[in-house]
Amino acid sequence: MAVTNVLIAGVGGQGAVLASELLALAAIAAGHDVKQGEFHGVAQRGGAVFSHVRFGDRVHSPMAPRGKVDYLLALEKLEALRYAHFVKPGGTIIVNDHKVEPIRVGDQRPYPDDAIDVLEGKGFNVVVIKATEKANELGNHRAANVVLLGALSASLDIPQETWKSTLQERIPEKLLALNQQAFAAGRQLFTP
Amino acid sequence: MTSRLMSGNEAIAQGAWEAGVAFAAGYPGTPSTEVLERLATYDEIDAQWSTNEKVAFDEGMGAALGGVRTMVTMKHVGLNVAADPFMVFPYAGTNAGFVVLVADDPGMYSSQNEQDSRYLAKVAKVPVLEPADAAEAKQMIKTAFELSERFTTPVMFRTTTRLAHTRGVAEEGERVEVPRRQFSRKVSQYAIPVYARFRRPELEEKLARLREFAETFDGNVIEDGDPKIGVVSHGIPYQYVKEVAPQATVFKLGMVYPLPEKKLKEFCARFETVYVVEESEGFIQQELASFGISNVIGKERFTNIGELSADLVAAGLNGTPVPDDFAGEVAILPRPPVLCAGCPHRGVFSTLKKLGALVTGDIGCYTLGCLPPFDAMHTTFCMGASIGNATGFNRAGEEKVVAVIGDSTFLHAGLPGILSAAYNAVPTTTILLDNGTTGMTGHQEHPGTGHTLKGGPAPAVDYEALIKSLGVEHVEVVDPWDLAATERAIVAGLAHHGPAVIIARRHCNLLPEEKVREHATYRVDPDECIVCEDCFETGCPALVWQDDLPYIREWECVGCSMCSQLCPVDAIGLAEGA
Repeated sequence: MAVTNVLIAGVGGQGAVLASELLALAAIAAGHDVKQGEFHGVAQRGGAVFSHVRFGDRVHSPMAPRGKVDYLLALEKLEALRYAHFVKPGGTIIVNDHKVEPIRVGDQRPYPDDAIDVLEGKGFNVVVIKATEKANELGNHRAANVVLLGALSASLDIPQETWKSTLQERIPEKLLALNQQAFAAGRQLFTP
Repeated sequence: MTSRLMSGNEAIAQGAWEAGVAFAAGYPGTPSTEVLERLATYDEIDAQWSTNEKVAFDEGMGAALGGVRTMVTMKHVGLNVAADPFMVFPYAGTNAGFVVLVADDPGMYSSQNEQDSRYLAKVAKVPVLEPADAAEAKQMIKTAFELSERFTTPVMFRTTTRLAHTRGVAEEGERVEVPRRQFSRKVSQYAIPVYARFRRPELEEKLARLREFAETFDGNVIEDGDPKIGVVSHGIPYQYVKEVAPQATVFKLGMVYPLPEKKLKEFCARFETVYVVEESEGFIQQELASFGISNVIGKERFTNIGELSADLVAAGLNGTPVPDDFAGEVAILPRPPVLCAGCPHRGVFSTLKKLGALVTGDIGCYTLGCLPPFDAMHTTFCMGASIGNATGFNRAGEEKVVAVIGDSTFLHAGLPGILSAAYNAVPTTTILLDNGTTGMTGHQEHPGTGHTLKGGPAPAVDYEALIKSLGVEHVEVVDPWDLAATERAIVAGLAHHGPAVIIARRHCNLLPEEKVREHATYRVDPDECIVCEDCFETGCPALVWQDDLPYIREWECVGCSMCSQLCPVDAIGLAEGA
């Protein structure tokens, strides 16, 4: 099997790293070789965070080359723009319909509210998911990462059962029901 | 044996445990930190945070001489702190296996410089192993201990951020206990300054034997492919080569110092041109040049600045362009990290800005004090430098100078600076940001926290008594959330005729006990707000614009009240029901 490349991007504190770890665990359980590499600076919150998850028969580089990512999962719209150049032509961008204004350090240009239009204009398959809204409905905005993962899940070569057991093994019990609901809701929101 | 997902750091710890390591010490430093944190989870390993890397190294030397397999962990700049013992230990050689894990940070994701530790190993005449992924790291660390004992030498195990923080599939094995080795009190081997001249030739002989070993070491592998494309690589860059030029013939070096000269000469003679793909400096390239190998292309194509990537290696090998991001077409605003909502450091920096002090900084989250809206840190170099730098500015005639240093950093390298200021009666003013943890690297314990790495109780340093005992008469403790008190304390410290230390004490908001603390939240009264923007001087991420007015995101507010204290018209008060 060729290597599948997924890039998960978000703002520090949104759970991009946990989402990528869940994906990596599910991919291993499904029998794939996996590499998952995350990129973050110092440990404070609020900075841009992204993580590559690559799986298939044999994975070498911890990060996918630019223009080779099959799926970009963005927890925030500006972050979708920031990493869209990694996505292959016509590749899929699943983006949370959510905006987090960055703290301004010199750059006074306005937030790019046309992010989705720009990405569609480039020929990407853009799927907008109201993940934070959905997570809020379920009782915790922090579950948006798992809603998005659910939305991605139907596109990947990982059986539904494997996802179930991965969530069970990795998510602490008191948060398991919430995350199971978030995953199911996300999966319902997008089937390719 | 079971396979599981492990980061490079976890795999190293797993491998070290399997190799029978009994003692491990280090100081936190991204990207090395998780190795020791992981080692601490094994009952069979005595693992500890030391006050700094030199101390960890000294303790490790003692343990290895005392006969147990030992690992010390640090980031590249930590090795600078430990450079003194690192350079001398090889003169004696070790007894039981001794491995120093050094994590370099190409790209400076969380470091003040790029530094290729292979050069330091060469200066110390210490062999270096470098793995290419987690699975390999787990096995190779065992080889490192065997090598250390076989050649009675310390071994450097070099990683980089990408290796340390990439998860991959690795196998869990069993631990093999290693019997303790008797230490023989052979003064002529271990009392180095007296016997160094006799030891010196032996060091060269050992290096010659290591060179011979490199020729047959099974971690140096030739992977045959296209007989026209020859590549020499190592570590993570090897993965990039396999990604973008899977057809190439690759000489993969697992031991990056010393190199197998004969084998490399034979290999390079097979090709018209050989590409050396290595990250950071052209270390291997320079070694090849010293062997008289001249058909090499390396740093001419593969930059020594920052981190390599599959794209950059493809560009260097195949001439393919690196695709740009879309920043040229649309405003991709930067999103730098910021101090957290209610971070106690904010109170200190907004006050320092108001006072217009010249601030010498140090290494920690608080280095962000140099950014807007504070702009209240003017120099930052390395661990502990703030205090000595401030003393120097004082000596140069600068009047309003303040050193700012965190608690963990203070205990690591700040004490000698304070002592020097006190001894020389220089009126250096130091603010000790005591947030009760090692914040930036993810909340490690230290001698001020009252706990050890393994979670046991420990005596917590009494900072006030400690600092006074060094000869500092003026020591004052403030709560940095109280802006007026913080200002009074800094002004008093600056006015004092001798050295002064202000301890700004409040726990990091991200500590588990702080996260669950019940607290009030604040809100802006839109009818009272005059939109003067003074509250934004806190730089708090909980405070945002909404409908052209400042607005506090309640879920992010931790109730520090600093914005309320800055409001000139009392428009910020406790949220209703709080």
